[in-house]
Amino acid sequence: MRDAVKTSSPARVGRVAVVGNPNAGKTTIFNRLTGLSQKVGNYPGVTVEKKVGRCVVDGMEVRLVDLPGTYSLAAHSPDEMVAVDVLLGHQEGEERPDLVLQVVDASNLERNLYLLCQVLELGVPVVVALNMMDVARVRGISIDAEGLASKLGIPVIPVEGHRGVGIDDLRSAMSHVLSRALVETPGTAEEAPPGGALELGDVLHQRVGDLHRELSPDFQRAEGRSLHEFEVLRAVIDSEGHAEMRLSSVLGDSCLEGIKKVREEVGGDVPLPVLEASIRYAWVRQKVEGHLQRAPVKTRTWTERLDSVLTHKVFGLLIFAVMMLVVFQSVFTWASPIMEMFDGVFAWVAGSVESVLPAGALRSLITDGVIAGVGMVVMFLPQILILFLFIGLFEDCGYMARGAFLMDKIMSKCGLSGKSFIPMLSGFACAVPGIMATRVIEGRKDRLATVLVTPLMSCSARLPVYAIFIGTFIPDRPVIRGVLGLQALTLFGLYALGIVVAVAMAWILRKTLLRGGRAPFVLELPSYKWPALGGVLMKLFERAKAFLVRAGTIILAIAIVVWALAYFPHSASIGENYQGERERIGRELPPGAERVTRLEEVGKLESGAYLRDSYFGRAGQYVEPVFRPLGWDWRISMAAIASFPAREVIVATLGTIYNMGGSEDEESTALRESLRDASWPSTDPLRPGLPVFNIPVALSIMVFFALCCQCGATVATIKRETNSWSWALFAFGYMTLLAYVGAFITYQVGSMI
Amino acid sequence: MHSLTVFPMTTLNDLRPGDEAWVVKCLGDGRVFQRLCEMGFVAGVPVRFVRQAPFGDPVEVQLHDCHLSLRRAEAAMIEVERAPGGRP
Repeated sequence: MRDAVKTSSPARVGRVAVVGNPNAGKTTIFNRLTGLSQKVGNYPGVTVEKKVGRCVVDGMEVRLVDLPGTYSLAAHSPDEMVAVDVLLGHQEGEERPDLVLQVVDASNLERNLYLLCQVLELGVPVVVALNMMDVARVRGISIDAEGLASKLGIPVIPVEGHRGVGIDDLRSAMSHVLSRALVETPGTAEEAPPGGALELGDVLHQRVGDLHRELSPDFQRAEGRSLHEFEVLRAVIDSEGHAEMRLSSVLGDSCLEGIKKVREEVGGDVPLPVLEASIRYAWVRQKVEGHLQRAPVKTRTWTERLDSVLTHKVFGLLIFAVMMLVVFQSVFTWASPIMEMFDGVFAWVAGSVESVLPAGALRSLITDGVIAGVGMVVMFLPQILILFLFIGLFEDCGYMARGAFLMDKIMSKCGLSGKSFIPMLSGFACAVPGIMATRVIEGRKDRLATVLVTPLMSCSARLPVYAIFIGTFIPDRPVIRGVLGLQALTLFGLYALGIVVAVAMAWILRKTLLRGGRAPFVLELPSYKWPALGGVLMKLFERAKAFLVRAGTIILAIAIVVWALAYFPHSASIGENYQGERERIGRELPPGAERVTRLEEVGKLESGAYLRDSYFGRAGQYVEPVFRPLGWDWRISMAAIASFPAREVIVATLGTIYNMGGSEDEESTALRESLRDASWPSTDPLRPGLPVFNIPVALSIMVFFALCCQCGATVATIKRETNSWSWALFAFGYMTLLAYVGAFITYQVGSMI
Repeated sequence: MHSLTVFPMTTLNDLRPGDEAWVVKCLGDGRVFQRLCEMGFVAGVPVRFVRQAPFGDPVEVQLHDCHLSLRRAEAAMIEVERAPGGRP
């Protein structure tokens, strides 16, 4: 029969959806099957990531979509509804799968089969991958897979995902079911195959069936697709859940009456979720009866022994603190030599282009726009890779959950959860990987709140800004002799400011915009195991690729727009002025060192003049009144605006504005001197001829940069992770507002003292 | 079961490290409540209170073959009956 199937070669690609509980090893199996042929995207309108891979089983091409790990198909948010929609073929851009591959954790059989019980009701053929057989064995659990398969009426294949055991058997089981689905019933009809009937209690089944028949015609007319019985079931059980919301928005509030009636008739005193859980767990017990044996394990398992240390009151916290210190230090210090190397490479490339192309808009676009933009994107890679290497290892070996267990009490004080700790900590090195790391946070609102406050942590890009203004304007005076200086105290104050504001903002956000929706913090503490390096590296590769492709393109676009604003209109008259000057020097001075120096000076004056005349320069002069209450002149205002792609750009921009070319860094003494010398014009009504910079102004600039979101990469990453421009713009907006108010208070109070 | 109407109800939150008990039922409503039911806190299932986190919250419990971390507020939503010593 198999030969007959092969020769009649299926007309289209087989569609498989992979589902399973979190920690069941779903991703490992997905990776084993698809290798590196994965694409990551987003479903429209939700923050859930869409992961698609391809593989070939028995000559048949198969497209696998990896659904987010879940304990149940009950949906209280659009994000949770994605799994149901994909499985029913209602998700935009996703056709109904021909096969569901459910990954089941053998060491945790009952709870995993709860989800299977729901999945079977969707009417799609199911193959079970019984994963982690080795872990189960160690715990004295033995499962008779064949017996279980015959009782469930579907294939059950024992596998050990991280070692690749049983994957071939899994492939052939999939191909067997797929070839039937594709060849015998092409296009898959809506009718349920065997095992797809509602397995729920009789009364519930009957009432839901009645309601389904009652609502179906109207739904078909309104939506242009049929209503699945499972959607009605969810609407009935999940009070105020997503299915109920959808029904009422399609059919009007009148259908809520029907739903309420069924709830009362079926449930009585017992809440429906309790009823569903007891019926399904009874079903599970009946299925595993006689096929699941537990040998009494006398010795304490490794996990228990490790946990008694790793979650210990003193040692546990101490070890966690050391681990976090190592992570933080590595992201901070390991990344910088690689970043410096990249810096060198990009400077070299830009230099080579400059020597080949004639001066002009094209050369400037390539060197200052494109190469600088690409450099800015690539510069984030070392930090992302290092942080995600640690996170991947922690997650894979099971320590991540312990970290959340330890930190939850502290984080819950500001409305977040233990899982927010690592993303926020990594925000001190760089917000971009920190925001990417929020993906482990289950609750949508918890996650959003973490995403929105992580950029407030003082990242490493703020250091150059702090360094130059502290070094130039804050006196090097001891506060406590030999221990603490005023400069160090200022730096500490800026870091503390970020933390305090982040905690306060998280608290405010969870009380206002992101109120309620408190996700259950029912967190699994999986058994410890050695991390599978292959899987960790694969994830690392995937993260890096996703960042480069999806955030990188936005960052590059921002860099080019900002370049254009700082370059154009590039009036010819300025060039002519300085050309005349150059010719005069050429005539008056003999060739030699002095002529070169003078010509360089003219070059710096010229780029300064161009920048002051650019759209940015003009904007700076327009907005000077806005920033005047912060103590800023138009040059600071302009440099602050032009530093949108990345905060540290302000140093180089100030260098150009003050006629020192674009290559100044925070160590430059020339830049420090010219900052000290800068003064208001003698015609200024408020501070005629006085120095622009003093301590209040320097503090106001630093406070602004501590709180603002002048980082194109952060905005792009928030857009990518929340799948929404509005959250990205909100983050930018609220941080800018905070920065402005903070800088205003700093300057006004500072000037009074 | 009758004793529950006379004596104050015991919840998972009242147990101490090492205590074992049976689930009687989940209390309350809403999303957290539903998740607890789905995770397997249904009548008659044995649970064990393993430990509390260093700052006293959350707590670690064992249910079926699985170790879970619950916040105390969540543990208080699960009514239990103490096992009279030894494994239930």
